[in-house]
This record gives sequence, structure tokens and C-alpha cells, in this order.
Amino acid sequence: MGTLTEEIFSRRLGRRVQAGDVVVAAVDYAMAHDVTGPLAIEAFRTLNAPLWDPERVILVFDHILPANTVAAAGLHRMIRDFADEFGVRNVFQEGICHQVMVERGFARPGGIIVGADSHSTTYGALGCFSAGMGSTDIAVTFATGKTWFRVPETIRIELRGGLPPGVLAKDLALQVIRRLGAEGANYLAVEWGGEAVAAMTIAQRLTLANLTVDFGGKAGLCEPDEATRAYLGEAEVSDLHPIRPAYRELVEVDAQRLEPQVACPPAIDNVQDLSAVEGIALDEVFVGSCTNGRLEDLAIVAGYFQGRQVSPRTRTIVVPASKEVYLQALAAGYIQTFMEAGAIVMNAGCGPCLGRQHGVLGPGERALSTSNRNYAGRMGSPQAEIYLANPAVAAASALAGAIADPRRVA
Amino acid sequence: MARIFKFADGISTDAIIPGRYNVTTDRAALGKACFVEARPDFSGAAKPGDVIVAGRNFGCGSSREHAPLAIQAAGIGAVIARSFARIFYRNAINIGLPVIQCDQIYDSVSDGDPIEVDVRSGRILTGGRSFGGATPGQVALAIMEAGTLIELIKTRGWAAIEDISAAR
Repeated sequence: MGTLTEEIFSRRLGRRVQAGDVVVAAVDYAMAHDVTGPLAIEAFRTLNAPLWDPERVILVFDHILPANTVAAAGLHRMIRDFADEFGVRNVFQEGICHQVMVERGFARPGGIIVGADSHSTTYGALGCFSAGMGSTDIAVTFATGKTWFRVPETIRIELRGGLPPGVLAKDLALQVIRRLGAEGANYLAVEWGGEAVAAMTIAQRLTLANLTVDFGGKAGLCEPDEATRAYLGEAEVSDLHPIRPAYRELVEVDAQRLEPQVACPPAIDNVQDLSAVEGIALDEVFVGSCTNGRLEDLAIVAGYFQGRQVSPRTRTIVVPASKEVYLQALAAGYIQTFMEAGAIVMNAGCGPCLGRQHGVLGPGERALSTSNRNYAGRMGSPQAEIYLANPAVAAASALAGAIADPRRVA
Repeated sequence: MARIFKFADGISTDAIIPGRYNVTTDRAALGKACFVEARPDFSGAAKPGDVIVAGRNFGCGSSREHAPLAIQAAGIGAVIARSFARIFYRNAINIGLPVIQCDQIYDSVSDGDPIEVDVRSGRILTGGRSFGGATPGQVALAIMEAGTLIELIKTRGWAAIEDISAAR
């Protein structure tokens, strides 16, 4: 009975659970990466406890891979030493943690996962309750296999109609954020549903679930369906539906009437229609991230770049979300297309999204990114400006050297 | 007397500690880099016990625990905000940084104003007026009582929170 979230927690605890309940629940996996992992490991060691289950602890090098400073290399060393000492084998250096969690099959319908990264909401696309937490919470899960939750109320978002050309899942999410504000779902779960979601690929749903945290959501879930089964490559995905759910709020979005949306600096909810910001000159275009670095996203960009050149006044940086995405993009010829078009292709990982490693912005520079955060200083100088948009807008903008409408690329 | 450092709405964890400064677990280094770009004079000016008063959605963005650790290491005794982003709030409670949700105080105070905060009761005194913070949830109270989440789990285990769960 209840929302997807209530259903998942009720099944896990073997009793009826309702929004507002405080529960201690066993989780399937606990994930940390190369920036949050070290604090989690230090906190874990202060507990003087054995590791709960080395097979259920996942460590991913993605934020600073390969290490760019001695300090970063030192943190990597510390994580490797921890993994060796406690027998953790799920240690990956093959892409962004969230993409790896999905590709490696850790995220499953009905599952519960906690990750020491805010975008851990991503796995909700497969019907998994997954929430981002800090390092101390993850450390306690490392030791006990459990964490506590206040079971959240749910906002149901119904995305009606089909997506017009040039409009993608990113635009639906940005439209919702525009309407609800940057803390519109604070402490709440979000269910993404309706015709537009039913028609979406898993990659697009991953974009929606991913961006849920950027308006405060604790988790962002899609009901598992045939597309989920097909994606997971198995017949048996346990039925999971909202059953007579009581939603805190219902938000309807008419997808058919939507324009491409752009989140303007310096806040995720400073969202405008693309037409309002067209023509703004750009120093950098970044295609990638846990929001929009998947094969489908790269396919869209390659489609625009085929036979064209990116603007010489703009750095165009493409970062596949994972090694798997990279290999598939290679096989499909996208990587060659990017490079022939004049883009820089970098190794799978978080890339320029968080301004720590490469593609860093200088003072006064402007970037358009397919990622998820545009706070001042996020990608480098606090005097730089970041616009967030879908991959088609990013591609058209890279070609023009300025924010451009993909529907008008000749 | 503690003084107020006032911040606007939507202060992100990127503003509290930018990604380029959190490649460390060293508390002193984090404290020094607290608001390094958003308010470069902050870490030099903050005295032990000073208080941050902020607007809505304080600590939004990344789950990096480096953010509340940096604020704590800079000497801040409490953060009062009109609202907190969920992960930051939970992280702050977990590490023992007092956080108080209070809507009314924001428009009544200015940067540098003297302030007194009773962290346990949530009572705030400033400019001759008294304000009350929202009552934290029972789990937050249990963690605050123990000092940190690590201490709570070490001393009482999950039973501490399961008891709260059963009593509701």
C-alpha cells in the first residue's frame, strides 16, 4: 500500500510503513567515491568495527581520476589501502559512480541503496530507493549494513504528452525545477510518471532521477516497467507499483508545449526558455556528467557534429560517463566524429562538472554544460558563469560558439 | 560575545568549500578554506562561537561532509537558517555542528550583530529580542545528545533509533 517509497520500505521491513515513520532499514549497497570515501573511511575506523559485508561496499574513483595533485593521489592511496585491508573487491575506476552502479547491476527495482554523493538519487530510474548521504552516515552503514530514514512523503510528477523535437528529459526536469524551486522537494521523494516517462528510455529516466536532488529530493523514482525489464536483461523484475498512494502534491507538466530549458547562473531554479538566452557567447561547452553523459546523449551530440566544426573560440569537451559508454561511442564512430569536429574527448569520469580537475573556468568565462550544477565557483572561478542545458542545445551551442537552438541547425 | 556572519539564500556546499579545496580530510585545512571564494575574509575573521545566520536552503548541492566540517573547523558555534538542504542538515547533526532552523530571525539581524545561542534549547537572543528555533526531530535530538552519530552508534547501536521508531 502506498507510494513507491512506502511500498519499498514496507517490503524491506516486512510491515506496513507510512510516510513520516522513522525506520532503521537494511540497505543493499553503500557507495562512496574518491572525495567522500576518505572521510567515510576515517569515520568507519573510529567505530572499531568489522566491515559489514565487503561485497556490498562499493568504492569508485571518478571525481579526480587520474589524480591531478599529490593530495588527490594520497587520498586514492588511502582508499586502496582500505579496500585491500577489508577485502573490498568492488573498486572501480571506469566512470562516474552513478553510471557504474547502474551498469554493474547494483541498482535494482525495489532495492535500497545509500551513496556518499548527492546524485545517488539516479538509481530511482530503475525503481530503486536510493539517497545521497554524507560520509559519516555511509561509515555507519559500512559497519552495520543499515541506516535510518524518515520515510518521505512523495510529490508525484505527471509528464503528459510526447516530447517535441529538440526537447529532452533534461528540459522536463528543468521545467519542474523552474516551477517548484531549488528546495521544492526538500525532504521529499519524487515519483516521475505519466505518458512521457512511460515512453522514455532508461537513459532519459536516469536524467530525471538524477536531477531530483537538485530541487531537494531525497529520492526520485520511476515505476519499473517493460523498459526496465528489457534494460536489466531479465524476465523477473518484481512488480512494484504505487498502490492507492496518497501524494503530498501532484504536479502536471505538458511535455508537448515545452521549449528547451536553460538553467542560468547562478542557480538551478533560474530557468529560462532557450529563446531568452540565445546568442550568449561561450568559452566552454561541456558534454558529460551523471546527468547527460550516456551513449544516447553522445549520439545526439555526434548527430549535430557530423561533418561540422565546433567554434574555434569555444573549448568543447566531451566526457563519456563510463568506460562502457566510451567503448560503445567508439564502436558507433561518435568519438571520431567529436575529434574531427574539433572537440576534446577526455577519460570517463566526472570531468569538468565540479571544477576540480580539468576544463576549469577562468574569471569572466562562460560555459554551457549538460551537467547539473551552476553555482558560482562550481566549475572554477567564482567569476565564471555556467548555463545548464540538454545535449542537443550543447551541441548546437558548441557549433555556434554561443547559446544556440538545435532546432535551427541547418 | 559571539557575532553574526550573515549569508543569503541558496548558499551551496560549493560556496562553503569549493571542490578544489576539499581534496583533504584535514580539519584545519578545511576550516581555512571555508567560504574561501564566496567570502574570503571569513576564516580569518570568524572567532570561536560565532554564528552563521543564513536564508533559505542553506547547504544545498553536494553531499560533501567537508562543508559542515569546514564550518565547524572555522570555529562557528551554530548555523541558523530559514531552511536547510536535507543532506547538509543531516551531516551537520552527525558531526555535532549545531544547526537551528528559524525563519523569523533573518530579517531582524545584520552582519556583525552580537548574538547568544543556547544550542540545547534552541533559544536565540539578539538585539534585545528572543527567537526560538524549530524543534529538531527525535533522531536528531538523540544524536545531539550523544554528540555525534558515531558516538551514538558506538554507545547504543541502532537500538537508540529503533526505540524512537517503535515509540511513534
